[in-house]
Amino acid sequence: MALNINGKELETDEEGYLLNLNEWTRDAAVELAKSESVEMTESHWEVIDFLREYYDEYQIAPAVRVLTKAIGKKLGKEKGNSKYLYELFPYGPAKQACKIAGLPKPTGCI
Amino acid sequence: MSIKKLLYVNRKAPYGTVYALESLEVVLIGAAFEQDVTLLFMDDGVFQLAKGQNTTAIDNKNFSPTYMALGDYEVNKIYVDQQSLDERGLSLDDLQHLVWEDEDEDYAEKDSIIIVDRAQIADLMEENDVVLSF
Repeated sequence: MALNINGKELETDEEGYLLNLNEWTRDAAVELAKSESVEMTESHWEVIDFLREYYDEYQIAPAVRVLTKAIGKKLGKEKGNSKYLYELFPYGPAKQACKIAGLPKPTGCI
Repeated sequence: MSIKKLLYVNRKAPYGTVYALESLEVVLIGAAFEQDVTLLFMDDGVFQLAKGQNTTAIDNKNFSPTYMALGDYEVNKIYVDQQSLDERGLSLDDLQHLVWEDEDEDYAEKDSIIIVDRAQIADLMEENDVVLSF
């Protein structure tokens, strides 16, 4: 499978995750979000940027429990709960947000 | 689900076989399911925690930064065998500085690595419900 972004073909796996995370751009994120029926807002970008930074530092996508806790610490307690994250990413924050962020599917993701 | 005490024993060099990476992935999954996880590094396994790993020449992913995330997963009992370090001319300073944040103490950073001798390792194996060797 592939995703066409501004005339450039980005390869994805059968579930739509980007194969090469270095090819990710913000335009790609918007397209990936569309395929998940997610409309990107500032709140969505906060989580996506956080995931990119986390991956850059630790080379893994965090499990949802870890993500929730870290978001709470970084962006404020009112955002560090699964209700908030599920409102943004209804089909699972780790899975859906990681896909939009261009990261591999999280290890042991639910 | 009852919480089991799991001890993961890591005894092999980080690259060349898949044991180290597989162990790390299982640990992260196990921790996500709220098991009580303890890690032990001995023999060549102590190299898994070494600072400054560079895998460009062997075309492997350098997964050593992931050990730094263990604290986020509440994996904060990381034991390292003194004798194995000595035999390889290593000391605690040659290992990555792994920490965890204690939520009960306003996210104070605490060290995760504990250096142990062989007698303490025997005790560790005794007190855990399951010992998984990688």
